[in-house]
This record gives sequence, structure tokens and C-alpha cells, in this order.
Amino acid sequence: MTKEELKIKIAELLPAATFDETGEWLNVHADAKDWLTLAQQLCNDPSLSFDYLFCLTCIDWKTHLSMVYHLSSTKYRHNIVVKSKLDTHQPEIETVSFIWRTAEFHEREVYEMFGVNFLNHPDLRLLILPDGWEGKNPLRKDFEDPVNMIKL
Amino acid sequence: MWSFSNIADQIHEWLSSTFNPTWTLIIEMVIAGVCVIGLFAALGLVLVIMERKVSAWIQIRLGPNRVGPKGMFQSLADTLKLLVKEGMTPNGADKFLFNLAPFIAMIVAMLLFAPIAFARDFQLWDLNIGVLYVSAVSSIMVISILMAGWSSNNKYSLMGAMRSGAQIVSYELSAGLSILAIVVFTGSLSVPDIVRSQADGWWIFKGHIPAIIAFIIFLIAVTAETNRAPFDLAEAESELTAGFHTEYSGMKFALFFLAEYMNVFIVCAIGATLFLGGWMPFHIGNWEGFNHAMDWIPSSVWFFGKTFFLIFVIMWFRWTFPRLRIDQLLNLEWKYLLPISMFNILLATLMAIMGWHF
Amino acid sequence: MYRQTDIISDSRISPQEGDLVINVGPQHPATHGVLHLVITLNGETIKKVEPHLGYIHRSIEKMCESLTYRQFIYVTSRMDYLSAHINNHACALCVEKGLQVEVPARAQVIRVLMDELTRIASHELWWGAMAMDLGAFTPFFHAFRERETINDIMEETCGARLTMNYMVPGGVMQDLHPDFQKRVKEFIQLYKRKIHEYDELVTDNIIFQNRMKSVGYLSPEDAISYGCTGPTARGSSVSSDIRKLYPYEIYDKLEFDEVLETGGDSFARYMIRIREMHESIRIIEQLIDNIPEGDFQAKTKAVLKLPKGEFYTRVETARGELGVYIVSEGGTTPYRIKFRSPGFSNLSVLDHIARGSKIGDLVAMMGTLDLVIPDIDR
Repeated sequence: MTKEELKIKIAELLPAATFDETGEWLNVHADAKDWLTLAQQLCNDPSLSFDYLFCLTCIDWKTHLSMVYHLSSTKYRHNIVVKSKLDTHQPEIETVSFIWRTAEFHEREVYEMFGVNFLNHPDLRLLILPDGWEGKNPLRKDFEDPVNMIKL
Repeated sequence: MWSFSNIADQIHEWLSSTFNPTWTLIIEMVIAGVCVIGLFAALGLVLVIMERKVSAWIQIRLGPNRVGPKGMFQSLADTLKLLVKEGMTPNGADKFLFNLAPFIAMIVAMLLFAPIAFARDFQLWDLNIGVLYVSAVSSIMVISILMAGWSSNNKYSLMGAMRSGAQIVSYELSAGLSILAIVVFTGSLSVPDIVRSQADGWWIFKGHIPAIIAFIIFLIAVTAETNRAPFDLAEAESELTAGFHTEYSGMKFALFFLAEYMNVFIVCAIGATLFLGGWMPFHIGNWEGFNHAMDWIPSSVWFFGKTFFLIFVIMWFRWTFPRLRIDQLLNLEWKYLLPISMFNILLATLMAIMGWHF
Repeated sequence: MYRQTDIISDSRISPQEGDLVINVGPQHPATHGVLHLVITLNGETIKKVEPHLGYIHRSIEKMCESLTYRQFIYVTSRMDYLSAHINNHACALCVEKGLQVEVPARAQVIRVLMDELTRIASHELWWGAMAMDLGAFTPFFHAFRERETINDIMEETCGARLTMNYMVPGGVMQDLHPDFQKRVKEFIQLYKRKIHEYDELVTDNIIFQNRMKSVGYLSPEDAISYGCTGPTARGSSVSSDIRKLYPYEIYDKLEFDEVLETGGDSFARYMIRIREMHESIRIIEQLIDNIPEGDFQAKTKAVLKLPKGEFYTRVETARGELGVYIVSEGGTTPYRIKFRSPGFSNLSVLDHIARGSKIGDLVAMMGTLDLVIPDIDR
């Protein structure tokens, strides 16, 4: 499907979604509370079949966090980017690890690096950071480590 | 002519003429003990350097080449290092068993030297059940491995020991049965008898089909019994770090290491004795001239040559094959080797009765 | 009774009666680095594998946020050190996408040549290391014989053997060494003369085949769902070669096949990599006599500034799909960088495929997933 077709199709699935076509792929902005239903539809809808989540990450915009999901279809080879704004102080979003299994590890990484709480995640623990880590989330912009961080 | 048995006889005569019989016996035992320990150390050094050189040759590299001429003293330097290294005992270990295990491995390896005929009429102990003795004593080896694995208080060690137990006990069977094929041909369990029966040709040639089958099974089984690759599951470096001897260091580790090489030597010596004629030179039927020429080569050279050839084959296995998995290892024994060797025993018996062998 | 030592710091592991919990790593001969797996066993059978990461986590993503667009590429060589060229390539592509720079034809060809040489070198090392996991030591040295030649070629042109830092935004750092073509042709000769040894020594070995076949089965659906890419996915007949699907540089003009196997087991993943080496040789043969003349670098400003926006590139490393996601605020440094590393996703499938098999198989599976730990931890 082309960008336009994808846009029409997704607008049908989620009327609240807004679109932005600045990048290489179609950007879909969805609310955190709509994300789980949208994700299920994106994966299961036979004309979309986004079965491959190839990148899951988060961006700290200081005022808010933004979850970024890069989705691809191994059947039709079209890609979209879904973004979802989260609150800085209490970021919460539904997990998609039941839909795309790869999300389990990626969400654990985002959880420890950005402090995003993934609801209903099967195993939300520290993955990379050492056990008992109690500092701030390292990839947040306000993270300071005077010992290990070298400012250029 | 110069030979080991002449030297032994001369020493015996001199001692008998100098001391009374009791003292003679005691002194001879001491000499034998010293010789075994000396042989033990010398063989250990030689086999380690041999393994390293063979592996280097197979792996297109140079191998040890710094200590001594062509690196020949490398294993001496290694031994020195291991001697001065601290032999640590882990905190949670069963200290008594932990320290005992390497010595048992060592003692077993030493005991096995007794019935081996190193040269013509040169043997530590000519007992009439030599082959049975070797089979029986070598199976004590597994106790030391189990002991080491259990007492280390390490899960890797325990798993290595358990694997080793299952492996040695099962491969003992085919090794025993393949030895039995030759015993059936010879009609004797005594090592000198078996060697003498090969005066007109080695059993691998004389016994043709069953002997060759038995020889191949013997080689596979003893490789497994000595825990060497491709059957080194007890150590399995990439799986269990070092298996049963993970926690050992210094001289205690060296004893295990040495015992492994001694076992390799002994099983190869047994293999050479049973299938390749031991110290017996290469004889072909009634070719008198050829047989005489062969007799000129000393019997000890024949024995060690054959043994080292078999050792080389076993090393060749180690540096070529990947490791088996534990279930495949046991399948190989119980589903293939054991039935084949049982059938082979029947065939050998039939041939011995009918006199079909040469 | 066997004393249970207190290693279970993890709340989620609740071993049942008869279970054995073993730490494989962080120092272990089979993990090729500081990977830490906590495995729960029942006898020799694996009930659960749980990776604990972070022993070599250097927070490269955070580091890149304070480095300029020229500088950050060097850091990425240290992620997947076995395909350093391809990592650099991905970053350079991403910056070029933002700058909208046209890379000269010569530079494109050089980049592809280097990528394919890197891929071969990486697969050679994997082949040796994987055979070592299975207990065969000799292949490692045979693999290094060929790999050494590639490293020599790299050294001549790039000045380094492992972390080359040869790709820069707009092209490559410097022109090829005058001997490059001759040396590469010599390497191709050597490779063709020696490659049959690989099959004789390992592939055709009956023990090896028994160890690899019908072990670690990964279904195509699971491969996609777990985000597996590269040889891991292609072993399960999932087409995932970025060079074919989303061609970059001159890959769309080259003749090569995407290698696919249908087995889904360890042996299929093994065969993929062996066959991929042949394909890489094919690509190099097409290009080595046809390197166009011209500039090796496009003219770029001394200080690079990417426009505000988001840029994502995907390239095919030796291990799978590497994604570089740059978020720019218009400054000289990236606002946020995310590296989607192939190893991270490939590792997540380990628990799924290892359950129910033996410890020896776990080691074989880790070998065929071709895990490079700095690539996973970043």
C-alpha cells in the first residue's frame, strides 16, 4: 500500500489518529490509550498485516516522552511509524509484547532507560542495568553522572 | 643381543648373588616402583608435547617452539608451573574427597602398568588374567571422577561427573566385548600368551572380519572411556567450562591431566597388544628372510611404535571431530556398538571353533 | 545432599523440586564475551534460558548525543566489532539521507566492496567459533587463515584491522590502496581453493550434522514475531535481506541471490552463512574490475548540520538488520540516536528455541544465532 492508502485505512481504524508525512514513512500519532487496540488491528488486519516490529524506542522531548514504533509488513513490504506521547512524570503505555514478541526485550530496555511503565508486560525488570539500580533513567535528558559522563 | 629382559636378568642375578632372597625381592620392587614413576613422568611429558605438536600440525600452526630445541621442554616448564601453583580447595567442598580424587585417578593409572608387556619377556607382573585385570582396574577410574565432581560443590563439576559416570560405565561394555573377541581367538587371558599367539601374524590380519570390527569398536570405546574428544563430555569445555575438574588447580589438576594421558597410553598399549601384536615384530607366515629382518628391530621399538601410532590416531580424532551430545553418545553405545560387538563375539566364536582364521 | 548455593537473586525464577539453576557466563567459554545466561535445568534438559545483559553496556546511544555527526560514526565501530564497516556504513547513510548528499559512484562501489569483505570475514570467524562451541578446535584456525587475508587488505586501505572507521558522511575516508584490486583477487583465489575444506572438515561431518539437524527449530511466524533478521530469519525461510528488499547504494544493480533455507533448525542457519559467503564472493567478483574512476568523497561542509527531522536507515550486517534512527533538532549533534541492533532481537528468541533441548544444544544454538555481545549491549 502506498502512503495515501495506508493513511485512509488507518484513519478508518482509528479516527482520532493524526498523520504527519515529513519523514520517509507515514507517521501516525496515536494516543497511549488507543495504542493497544490500534496495534492489534495493525497486526491482524489482512490488508495491513504489520507483522514485524523492527524498531521500538522512546524519545525524551523534555516536556514529554514519545514512544516510537517502526512497523513493517513482511507480506506487503510497507512501513509505518506509530508515535505516542507520554507524560514525563508518569509514563504509562500498554505493552505490545503479546502481539510482537520482540517487543518484550525492547520494552524492557525502554523501561530501564526511560522509565516508561509498560502495563501488563509479562516480565518488566531491569535487563541491561545492574540489579538494584536506583538512579535516574540513563537515556533521559536530565540524567547526570559526574563520574562516567564526559561532557565535550 | 641388547634387550630389556637381559638387563632385568642381569640386575636380578647381581642382586641375588649380593643379598638374600627377601632383600632381593624388596629391592626389585623398589626398583620397579621407581621405574613406573619415572616412566609415568616421562610419558606424561612426552605425550603432552606430542599432543601439542600434533594439534599444531593439524591446525596449520607451529605449536610450542620457545622452550628448548623446537619447544621440546615446554611440557617440563608447564609441569614446573603447575608444581609451584597454589592448589586451592573451594570453601564449600568436601575437602577429604576433593583432595583424594586426583590420587585415586593417579593410582588407577599406575596400577594399570602392571600387566603390560613392554618388550620381549619384559613385564612387571605376569599374571594369567592380565587382560581381565586391565578391564577391571580401569573401571575404578570413574570413581575418582565421580568423587571429584561431587566433592567440588560446583554444578558444572557435578554434571560433568554424572555424564562421565554414564559414559564410562556404558562404553566399558563394548570395550570389554571387543577385547573378548581376541581372547576367544587366543584362548588365554594372559598378556604374554596373547602376544605369542601373534608370532605368525597380528590378530588384526589373522582374525580378519571380526578382528577388524572389534578393533574399530575398541578404538571408539576406549576414546570414550578415556574422556577424550569427540567423547569429552565430562570436560566439554564449551558447555561445562572444564567439567569435573573445574575447581582443581595446581598439582591436583596436573594429576588429573597426567592420569588422562596415562590412560590413553595404557588403552593404546592394550590395543597394540591385542590387535597389533604387542612387542611382536611384523611377521608374514613362512617368509623366513623377511621375518628375520623384522626380528632385528628391537621388540621395545615395535611395542612403543604401535602404541604411539594408536595414540596418534586418538589425537587425530580429538582435533578433527566435534563433540557428541549426551543422548547421542549413549545411543551410539547402546543402540549400535553394543549389539554389533555382541554379534561380533558370536562371529568370533564361530570362527575360532571352525578355525576359519589364519 | 548437594548443597544449593545462593545464586538465585531473581524473583521470577522459582525453581521447582529437582531443578538445577546454572549461571552460564558472564565468564564462560561458550558465550564469546560477557553474556550471562541463567538457565534452569531438569537433568540435562533446559527448562528456561534467561539472558542478563549489560556487562559491556557502554551506552553508545547516550554517548552519541554529545558527539557531532562526523564523530559519532567512530563509536559505532565498537558495537558489532565484527562488521564495523557495515555499522559505519549505516550511520554514514543515515547522515547522508539527512544532508541529501549524493555519494560519488566510486565511493559507492568501494563501500559495497568493503561491506562484502567484512561480511565474509565475519562469517569466517563465526564458522570457526561455532565449530569451537561444538568441541572442534581445528576449524577455528582454518577460518583464521582466510580471515587474516581480509584483515590485511583492510589494514592496507583503512589503516586498521578491526575497527576501521573508513566510511565518512559523503563517501569514504581515503582512496583505495594501489594494491587493493590485486590483493582482493588473490584473496578470491585463496578462498576458492580452500572453501571445500570447510565442507570436508565440518559440514559433511556426521557428528556435526547430527548435532545441528532438527535442533533449535524456529518457525517462520516466530522468526518474524521475535524480530529475527539476517541468517537467523532466512534459515526459517523468511525473506529479510535488506540488500534485496530495500536496496541501498548499488545493491539493486548487482547480481546476487538472497540465500534462503527452509529447515528452520541450526543446520539451516549454518548453511545460510556458508552460502552467503559464496554470494559475497560473487558480488566482489562483479565489482572488483569495475571500480569507476572519480572522487571517493562528496564535498561536504566541515561542520555537518542535519535539518530538523527524523531519519532512519536499514542495512544488512553480517548478523541481520541494523537500523539507525537519528532524531535531529537541527544542531550539530543528534538529539537522539537509536541503534536497532540485530543481535538484540536475535538473542530474544534463544529462550524460545532452546526449551526442551540439552545443554550441548544450547551452545550450538547460541553459535548459530551468531551473537556478538557488544552488539547486543551497545
